[in-house]
This record gives sequence, C-alpha cells and structure tokens, in this order.
Amino acid sequence: MPEPLLETIELTKSFNIRHNFFGAKKTTNIAVDRVNLSIVEGETLGLVGESGCGKSVLALTIMRLHEPNGGRIRFAGKEITNLEEQALRSVRRQMQMVFQDPLASLDARLTVEQIISEPLEIHNIGTKTERGNEVARLLERVGLSAHDRYRFPGEFSGGQQQRIGIARALALRPKLLICDEPVSALDVSVQAQILNLLRDLQHEFALSYLFISHNIAVTAFMSQHIAVMYLGRIVEIGNSQQITSAPQHPYTQALLAAIPEPNPSQRNKDLVVKGDIEEITEFPTGCGFLHRCPIAQEICAHEEPQLLSIDGSHEVACHFAWKKELNPRIARSCIQIKF
Amino acid sequence: MLLPFYLVYLILVFLCVAGCEKLIMLRYMLSRIAGLVGVLFIVSVISFALMHSVPGGPFDARALEKQQMVPENIKRQLNEKYGLNAPVWKQYALFVRNAVFLDFGYSMAYPNRTVVGILKEQWSYSLQLGLLTLLFSTAVGVGLGIASAVRPNSIFDYLGTGVSILCLVMPSFVFAILLQVVFSVWLGWLPTGGWSSPRHFIMPVLANSLGAILVLQRYTRASMRDTMKANYVRTARAKGLSKNRIMFIHVFKNALTPLLTVGGPLAAGLIVGSFFVESIFRIPGIGFYFVSAIGSRDYPMIMATTLVWTLIISLAYLITDLLYALVDPRVTLVRED
Amino acid sequence: MRLFWRRFCRNKLALIAFWFIIAEVIVAVAAPYIAPYDPYKGDFLATWETPNRLHWLGTDDLGRDVLSRLLYGARISISVGILSQVAIATVGVPIGALSGLKGGWLDYGIMRVIDVLSSLPTILLYILLMVALGAGFWNLILAMTLTGWIGVARLVRGQVLSLKKADFIRASRAMGGGTRYIIKKHILSNVMTPVIVSIAIGIPGAMFAEAGLSFLGLGIPAPRASWGQMIGIYQVYIRTAWHLTVFPSIVLALTMLAWFLFADGIRDAVDTNSNVSIVD
Repeated sequence: MPEPLLETIELTKSFNIRHNFFGAKKTTNIAVDRVNLSIVEGETLGLVGESGCGKSVLALTIMRLHEPNGGRIRFAGKEITNLEEQALRSVRRQMQMVFQDPLASLDARLTVEQIISEPLEIHNIGTKTERGNEVARLLERVGLSAHDRYRFPGEFSGGQQQRIGIARALALRPKLLICDEPVSALDVSVQAQILNLLRDLQHEFALSYLFISHNIAVTAFMSQHIAVMYLGRIVEIGNSQQITSAPQHPYTQALLAAIPEPNPSQRNKDLVVKGDIEEITEFPTGCGFLHRCPIAQEICAHEEPQLLSIDGSHEVACHFAWKKELNPRIARSCIQIKF
Repeated sequence: MLLPFYLVYLILVFLCVAGCEKLIMLRYMLSRIAGLVGVLFIVSVISFALMHSVPGGPFDARALEKQQMVPENIKRQLNEKYGLNAPVWKQYALFVRNAVFLDFGYSMAYPNRTVVGILKEQWSYSLQLGLLTLLFSTAVGVGLGIASAVRPNSIFDYLGTGVSILCLVMPSFVFAILLQVVFSVWLGWLPTGGWSSPRHFIMPVLANSLGAILVLQRYTRASMRDTMKANYVRTARAKGLSKNRIMFIHVFKNALTPLLTVGGPLAAGLIVGSFFVESIFRIPGIGFYFVSAIGSRDYPMIMATTLVWTLIISLAYLITDLLYALVDPRVTLVRED
Repeated sequence: MRLFWRRFCRNKLALIAFWFIIAEVIVAVAAPYIAPYDPYKGDFLATWETPNRLHWLGTDDLGRDVLSRLLYGARISISVGILSQVAIATVGVPIGALSGLKGGWLDYGIMRVIDVLSSLPTILLYILLMVALGAGFWNLILAMTLTGWIGVARLVRGQVLSLKKADFIRASRAMGGGTRYIIKKHILSNVMTPVIVSIAIGIPGAMFAEAGLSFLGLGIPAPRASWGQMIGIYQVYIRTAWHLTVFPSIVLALTMLAWFLFADGIRDAVDTNSNVSIVD
C-alpha cells in the first residue's frame, strides 16, 4: 500500500476550561481522543458525527491551527506535529481548508479578488497581473464569473460564497483539502451543486479530501472511506460500502436509520438514540456511547471498547460488534442508499 | 427632602419581595444594589479627591477668582469651620459619615445655609421642570414616533425625522438662548426667566425637552414599526380585524410598553441634566445652584449635588433593571466574559 | 478608497455637510489673515455695538469685533473637536486591542475599570475634572481624553474578540499567513473602520462638550474666543446685546449639524455590507 498522504497517529486535543469569578476550577475537555486516520492520495475520507463530537477540532488540529496535546501527524511522509511556523509554511501550501460558514470564512471588507489572491500574496507567487488572471481563472472554474472579483462577499448568496472559499483554497494547488461541513449551511439544492463541484475538482486537480459532515448520506456520496466519530473517538471506520451496507456500531446504525425514507412502509422506527450529545468534562471510563446506546450492557460502563477489525479495513469499537446479529430492517434501509 | 428617599426605599423593598420567589432574582437584585453603592462610593472618592487636589485649598482658589488675598487668621477660622485641618483621609471618613446622615456641611457661597438646606428648598423647582418636560416630550416624542410609523414617508414622517435631527444637533443651551432672544427680546411675548406663572414654563420646558424628544421619537418609531410588522398583527388583520381601532389597541399596547423601560433613566436624566436651562432662565432649582456653585468654587455644594445626582441616575437605572428582571428573567443570567 | 468616496457621494446631505466643513476649516485656518480685526484688541470707543457697516456682527463689551472672535472661535472648536478625538483614539485603541488580544487578568481588570468609569455620568465627570484642573485648552483635552477613551477601548476590544474567533482569520493562518501579515491585512482594516466612524461621530460630541463647559466657565477661559464661552458670558445681557449670543449660537448649531451629517455619511459609506439610508 502506498504511503498515505495524511496520517494521524493517536492524535489528541484537549481544552482546559477555567471558571471565572475566582472559581479556579480547571476542568479538561478532551475534544479529540487518540484518533488514528489515514488518507491516501486522490481519495476522500469522510468523517461523520454529530455537532459537538470534535470533528472540527480534529480538522483544525490536523491543520496545526490548534496545537495537538498528544499523538503525531504525518503529511506526505514528513512529521509535522511539532514543526516550527517557518517550516510549516511550505507544508501549508499543500494542505488547505474549506469552512462551514461561507461568509464568516471570508473577510467581508475585502474584495473577492483580494480574498482569493491572498494565499498567492502570502507565498509571493506571481506578479499582481498574474495573480489577477489566476483569480479570474479560478472564479470561472468554480462556476462564477471573472467579473465577480471586484465585488464584496456580502453581495453573494451562500452557495456562491462557498464557491469563493473553494476557489481560494485551490489557489495554491494543494494536495489535500479539508472540507469542514462545507455544505451544512446551504440549501439542499445548492448543496448538490457544491458537492458535484467538489467531485469534479477532485478529478481535475488530483485532490484528496477529508470530508467532514454530520450527514452520513452526503458523506457516503463523497467518500471512499468513512470514519464515524463520537465524543472525540472514532467508533467505526471502513470503506463506504462496508459502512453503509453493514454498519456494526449502534451509533452508525442510528445515523443511517435517521436518513429520511420517502417510502412510509419501509420506515424503520426501531433504533432510537436517546437524548442529545453531552459535553463530557470527565472522560468516561467505559464506552462514550453508554448513555444513549440501546444495547448497552454492564461491561460498557467499565471497559472502553477498542477499534478492532471485523472485515479487512472495517474496524469497530464496540463490545458487541462481533456477537450481535444485524437487525434485518437496518440491513434493508442500508442497502437503499444507492448513488 | 427625605420623602422621596422613603418612597424609593419602599419601591426597592417591594421589588425585592416580589423577586424573592426565585433566589436567582434576589441575588441579581442584591448585586445590582451593591453596584449602586459601589458607584456612589467611587463618585464620592473621585469628587473628594478632585476637590482637595486643588492646590492651596479651596479658599485660595476662591479668593483667586475674586482677586483677593485671604488674611491668615481668617483662613485659619475658615479651615476650622470646614474641618480642613485634619488629614485628608480623616476628612473623607468624616465626609462619608456625615453623608450617610445627609449632612453635607455649610455652603461656602452662602455661609449661613447648610448645603442640605439649600437643596431642600430648591429641589422642587427642578422637579417641576423635570416633570413638565417629561410630559411634554412624551406627548411630542411619542406622538411624532407613532405618526411616523403609521404614515411612513408622509409629511409627519419627515417632520418627525427633521425634529429629531434638530434635537440631535442643537445643544440645549443654544436652543434656549435662541428661544429667549426670539420670544423675549425681539417679540416680547414671553418673560426671560423665573418660574412664577405658566407663561414662564413654556421656553424652559421646550429647551429642556430636546434630548428627550429625540430619544422618545426614535424609540417609538422603531418599536411601532417592529410591532406592526410582527406576525401576530398580520394574523389579526387576516382574521378580519380590519377595524383600525382594534388593531391600534393591540399594536399600541405592545409597542409602547418597552418605552417604560426607557422612561426611567430618561426621567432621571431630565431632572439632573437641566442645569443649562435653569441657568439661562433663572429657575432657582438644583441645577442653577450647581452652576453657581461651580462658578464660586463652593466645594461642599458641588460634592453634595454630584452625589445626589449620581444617586438619582443610578437609582433610575437600578429600578429599571429590576423591573426588567421581573418581566424577563433571562436578564439575570450572569454574563459570560 | 475610491469605492468609499463613491458611496459617500451618493449621500447628498453628507456631501453638502462635507463641503461646509471644508469651508469652515479653511476659514478657521485662515482666520489670522481674513479676520477684519484683532479678536483680542478692543476698541474702547466702539463697545456694545450692534451689527453695522464697520463691524458686521457688532462688538462686545470690550469693543472686540464679534465676527473676528467668531472666526477665531472656529479654530478653538475645530481643534478641540479633532484633537480630543485623536487623543482618545491614541489612548483607547491600544488599550482595547491589548485587552482583547491578551485576555486573561489584564482583560478582566481593564473591563472592570471601564465598567466603573462608564457608570458615572459623563457631564458630571467633565465638570468635576475641569473644576479640579482649572479651565484651559489642554486641560480640556485632557479631561475629554480621560473620560472618552472608554468608548473606543470597548469598541476595539469587541472587534478584536470577534475577530479572534472569525473563520477568515483561521483561513489566513491556514494559508500560511504570519501574525504580522494578518494584523496588517485583516485586523487593522476591520478594527479601524468602526474606530474611524466613532471618531467622526465623536467630533461634534466633543464640540458640544467644549461649548457646554465653556458656557459654564469651565472650558476655554477668556480672553480666548470660544463660541460656548461667548454664549455663556453674554447670556445675561441678552436683552440689550442679543447679537453677542445669537451669532455664536447660530454658528455653533450649524457647525454641529454639518458634522453630524458628515459623520452619518461616513458611517454609511464605510459599511460594505448593508445599504442603509440616512433617514432611519
């Protein structure tokens, strides 16, 4: 197997929450807990999970916008976990990010041209005219008009703003693009356009994606491999086919079951996950999914399940992945997902 | 003089009792009251420090104004009388102790009268001016605001905006002067000053209401517009309540209630901030005496008035906030820094 | 910059105000050359004169020409207005920026100070400070700076705090932008625009304060000419010498109107996001 483009090894990121008003209580919130991922060149790894499970923090930590508290990151064969800013700059050219909120990721006081040419400016690429031409080219490539470069972000719709963000991310011709919920803030019809755009760009520019979303259907559409994240830990990982047709972890199954099913006779009401995601301040000793899992047992409270391989690259972290039979109704709804 | 203080005290107690149902509410109220005391404390320290930082003591400064020299033995006697011989911190402690009992000593400009005595006699004038201004500016401000909202882009709307621009731009004392010149000097219709008959009220109230009209008009207009666009109004119309009367009752009630919260600080500001108007029109209220105290460097008077004013304004904000807290408990949540 | 100008010019009222201000500034600067008489020298044979051919706006109690004094008064008003705001920005912006960037105890401390100071009524603070410091041009500027930095500091701090979390700052770092680059390209422009608006709006406010304080005798002392001071001193003579108070009043009111409209225009022109009209 070729060396992966991006690899994280036991990556951990935690935050200290201090209480104001002289309450010097310091609690630690572990946002990313010993995550192992790898992305091969030219492929897309999807990362799914609820809001608050730590996906964005993971993305930012990989980009070294947060400092990791543990573990390592390797990019294109190089250790970048502790690289100094100077050395990191050249790595940064190859690893770019598209953000969730399109308008927030653009400086509203700059013109589109200034925004897209910023990466070129930072790395001193080309003259002013050359940059201008490149901006025009990129704008056309993402589906906007070259004339738009004189306008301000506020004049565009959400979908168009996200296209601008994508154009900016492509300016440096990166190898890896981390898309942090790039379509979550957009209307459904616009989502489809942006997703298709991303797929086209992947072929044309030979990009690899880390595609983050809370929507497993969208993720499955975009990715060859999927990792499911809950409370900072990866609970299941495998290629898209395995995950969508044979999910083993109860959480994954619940995510799939939650996909709206148009045919009422085939709707599955069995697997219900209780409650909302909680903010954990003391990390659970057992399985993080304990309180919401429909099949939790005694052992789940004491022992943390490790990621174990079920079928080749398909790994699950659940004590009952081996023993449980697949609920036939889940199996049916899983197979419905066709692209 | 003490009657309003008792009233305020009663209001506070009432609010505390009303809010006692929820502990959070009580804590919020107590913290706000503590804040009030803190502000008063700081104001007193600042004004005390400033008054005593004038080199040579107050008498030299005042003498300098009058271009006289103060003989040594007289200075000694004056220092005795006003207790200026003791070390500064002791003076301050004495000041605070006396202040709590509302004893601010003797005025320097009127050596036979106590500061509190002066305030007691004069404050009713300020109160009258303030109340009249409040009534007038509410009528005009709210009226214009409603007219602007109900008939947008009409004469009323532009009139309202024009008036508010005027109020924003024109300093109250400039307006007062202009009024005086036009109506007293040139036309002779109105007296230049004093406060003995209703004719005396017109110009001061007009001049004093500028700021209030501005705030009220803008606020009312915005509030009315927001309410009129609200969904429940549209629902009412859809239900067939096309009778303007009924709609107005709905809209008015909801749009105008928030005004009450603006009204508190506004009223306080009116009573307090009228010293320009009082000076120009010779209305013997607290503001007038404050201005003359400044001119004659009458330190006890200056300090006492400062404290009273800060107290009034802070109380107004406090009561407004407490009322708000009763109505909308979200306010009591501690702010996340 | 060009874009800003175009947007600004769309607002007719603001444009008129702008030219008025330019004219006034030119007049003020040129006052020593165009004033018909020396504003400090009184002609004792021509005291208390109402407007006539020799003295277009009349003379005051010492025989000084009112028109000349008004022209010089313009210099005072404008310089107090601009200088005080510049001083306030110079003090307030770094404090606010530091407070926002560093956070922690520094931020907490500064916020408490700001909270306390802002709960005191400004007029009172001005008066107390000026009584203690004594009347005078630089004392006035000092007093205004001491009370005024709070607003700007709070504004800047708020901007910095929201910028710290902004995605586009993260994006810039992700692209390899260094701290200095980010500050220059993103933070400065985002922070300075509200500050500029605040300064523009603060100038007429400062003029107002100066006029009010001078009126009370606490601002600019005689014999220097300040509009507020003139109104204050001659207010008692309004029956016999109305010209001594009316003309300064008119000039003051017009100037403040112009500055407010101008500041409004700047505020609207600077906001690249919305299309707000002035009448709202």
